[in-house]
Amino acid sequence: MGVVIELRNVTYSYPLADKPAIKDVSLKVEEGKFYGVIGKNGSGKTTLCSIIRGFAPSFFKGELEGEVLLYGKPMSEYDQGELALHMGYVFQNPFNQISGVKETVFEEVAFGLENFGVPVEEIEERVMDIMKLTKIDHLAEQHPFELSGGQQQRLALASILVLEPDIMVIDEPTSQLDPEGTESVFEIISQLKKARKTVILVEHKVDLIAEYADEIFVLNDGELIKSGDKHDVLTDVSLLDHGVQLPQMAVLGHRLRKRGLNLDYIPITEKEAKDVIGRLIYREAQ
Amino acid sequence: MSYIKIRDVSFMYPNGVLAVENINLDIEKGENIAIIGQNGAGKTTTVKLLNGLLKPTKGAVMVGDMDTREYTTAQMSRVVGYVFQNPDDQIFHPTVISEVEFGPRILKFDEKKKDELVNYALEITGLKEYREENPYDLPHSIRKFVTIASIIAMDSQVMIFDEPTAGQDLVGIQRLSDILKEMLQKGKTLITITHDMEFVAENFDRVIVMANKKIIASGTAKEIFWNPEVLEEAMLKPPHVSRVCRELGLGSNIIRIDEAIEAIIAKT
Repeated sequence: MGVVIELRNVTYSYPLADKPAIKDVSLKVEEGKFYGVIGKNGSGKTTLCSIIRGFAPSFFKGELEGEVLLYGKPMSEYDQGELALHMGYVFQNPFNQISGVKETVFEEVAFGLENFGVPVEEIEERVMDIMKLTKIDHLAEQHPFELSGGQQQRLALASILVLEPDIMVIDEPTSQLDPEGTESVFEIISQLKKARKTVILVEHKVDLIAEYADEIFVLNDGELIKSGDKHDVLTDVSLLDHGVQLPQMAVLGHRLRKRGLNLDYIPITEKEAKDVIGRLIYREAQ
Repeated sequence: MSYIKIRDVSFMYPNGVLAVENINLDIEKGENIAIIGQNGAGKTTTVKLLNGLLKPTKGAVMVGDMDTREYTTAQMSRVVGYVFQNPDDQIFHPTVISEVEFGPRILKFDEKKKDELVNYALEITGLKEYREENPYDLPHSIRKFVTIASIIAMDSQVMIFDEPTAGQDLVGIQRLSDILKEMLQKGKTLITITHDMEFVAENFDRVIVMANKKIIASGTAKEIFWNPEVLEEAMLKPPHVSRVCRELGLGSNIIRIDEAIEAIIAKT
């Protein structure tokens, strides 16, 4: 698969900061994959997203060493309009994203498409579809700032999804959602993969990351301490030392092994846990 | 007689939106309760009724011998501390220390008691190193602990935590768990709203389920998480281990990893 984004030895410091927020990070993001970014709070997850999206250093200023490439071309050679066509960014706090100039949810979702000069009929259709998908269609006529925190998070996601960017960078989109809402957001995001979209998602809910993501980046104090296939990463107990939770099923698996049970592998999802523990029980029954 | 009594309470916002409908609830002193349910189920409205931020439009809420309709929110908040869902709705001081000191100062605690409480609150929430920082320079997850410290420093009998687990990492979740245990030992009455079912299974004696403006169930975590009808109505799922154990036919009341391990070992 083609590499869409590459970071080569990137170190980045915010203006006036006494130490870098990101230290010597090299990584490749491949087209059509779903990446989970995990790490304790303050480990640099949001900063990494800002670099990948091109906000840092162009908007936040500060100092960036190393190279950031988008489709093989340095990020700094793209203008902001071009970047916005390729990449969508959903902010951690929806309040930072909502434009503040639109009086209804419908208009807010349509705002980006208007700026891209999309024909009106097409805007209406795309906005309606996305509002249904993100379950905010019943709020179409409400003012964005009258919505609850969870509803604002859905609105922020909808107004980026509607732009259909090839690459989506999404920062903790479910922190204020209930379990059912959270799962529906993960469903929506994983559907993007079918359309060959690339997703980079920051999220603490590691059980859902285990379910839906393909690959994982783990950050600690600004460094990329582990990356790769989700099974390899999310079964690594050393993550706990860096303040990163493992999926419940991986914790269960490790603890069963410690008690002397011979599990074929460490599960990370419920389905795998049923499989591997089921086999164990079946073997004993023979 | 229960310490907190909610009797036939409904609440309608001035714009005509009914947020809770005819709820009844009894809470004893020293209980440790979780409230779970979907967004919009009425959880936050219910707890705001307890500290007088909202007054019932029907029915009555009693805390001890105080009827919330007869006391101001300021008076009620001496007894019932409420940690807002969004810390930015609560924080209004330029430094962590001034924010946390505000409560005990308003309550006119003497200097010694005030300092003790503030230092204790900063210690238990892990904020000592941030004393002089502006809360808005801190990440959201740490800012939430500033609001928790503010309530702990007021030493109120009842403490309400509205979604403290949102956006917290492993260390934050463990810290919350430690805070709950310690407050419980001090005899506080604790009410926590959360969407994290693993956290509920690990930390609470009693669970209240809300759906569609009503309380639909109250029981132990085991009773709630093994009651499929209640979970379905509230659109909730039990902890991952409960689901796996159910499908593998391993006992009918497992909600924690420890219990799952014993049940699996017994079968092998």
